[in-house]
Amino acid sequence: MVKINGEMKDCAGETLAAFLGDNRYSCARVAVEINGDIVPKAKYNETVFQDGDSVEIVAFVGGG
Amino acid sequence: MDRNELAHALMAKQGDVTRALRSASVTICGLGGLGSNVAMMLARSGVEHMRLIDSDIVDISNLHRQAYKASQIGMPKTAALRANISEVAPFAEVELYMARITRANVADLLQDTEMDTDIVVECLDGPEDKAMLCNFVLENTRAFLVAASGMAGDGSPNTIQTRKITDRFYLCGDGETDVQGTVLWGPRVMACAAHEAMAVMQILAGRN
Repeated sequence: MVKINGEMKDCAGETLAAFLGDNRYSCARVAVEINGDIVPKAKYNETVFQDGDSVEIVAFVGGG
Repeated sequence: MDRNELAHALMAKQGDVTRALRSASVTICGLGGLGSNVAMMLARSGVEHMRLIDSDIVDISNLHRQAYKASQIGMPKTAALRANISEVAPFAEVELYMARITRANVADLLQDTEMDTDIVVECLDGPEDKAMLCNFVLENTRAFLVAASGMAGDGSPNTIQTRKITDRFYLCGDGETDVQGTVLWGPRVMACAAHEAMAVMQILAGRN
């Protein structure tokens, strides 16, 4: 299981890019950390969720 | 009033963080409802080295929530804000960049300077710009990052929070209220700006 934004999800083995696409996140509007480390944008395709990972997807909305 | 008198007055009210504030360098990206208010709060609190980045000019529609005056309509926000800062914090050194932050210039704007930035404060408007800046700072610099997402609308300011995302990434806002399709209430935006300024102070106090 992988903890994503506080919820346990059965998505170990999935890539970050696939998860973002499947869950309708806009890649250009997010910052993602896994186990406390930021994931470089260039590595979204090759980053695979591991069992026990803790993931935070920050999806920015407009306004400033 | 001289520099030491002001430092003593700040010390008496704020305590030891005043020293850290005086020696810190803070870069504020975007000088709208968030950035202009963050800059004024940090200047009042004694941050003496600030870099301000924005490409806009002051507009009549800014006055309800941004730290500008009616007499400054038409001025670049950078120059207007420096003038306003100098009235409350005459010893602050404020470096200005009148530019829109893009993928192409972000490295130059944040790094090509004599100032070694301790903290970058993200105060941009567009979600893509916000994400681009945050990813750049976290991937390419060692600075702390304070960012914001979700401060539009007329809802309760109690939903605006500060969350620690990583060791050097703090996120303020309600996380969801997009500016598209809703109103902008000044005090709510300012509450989020206050969260960002507080996060900067707590980082500098070593209480992060």
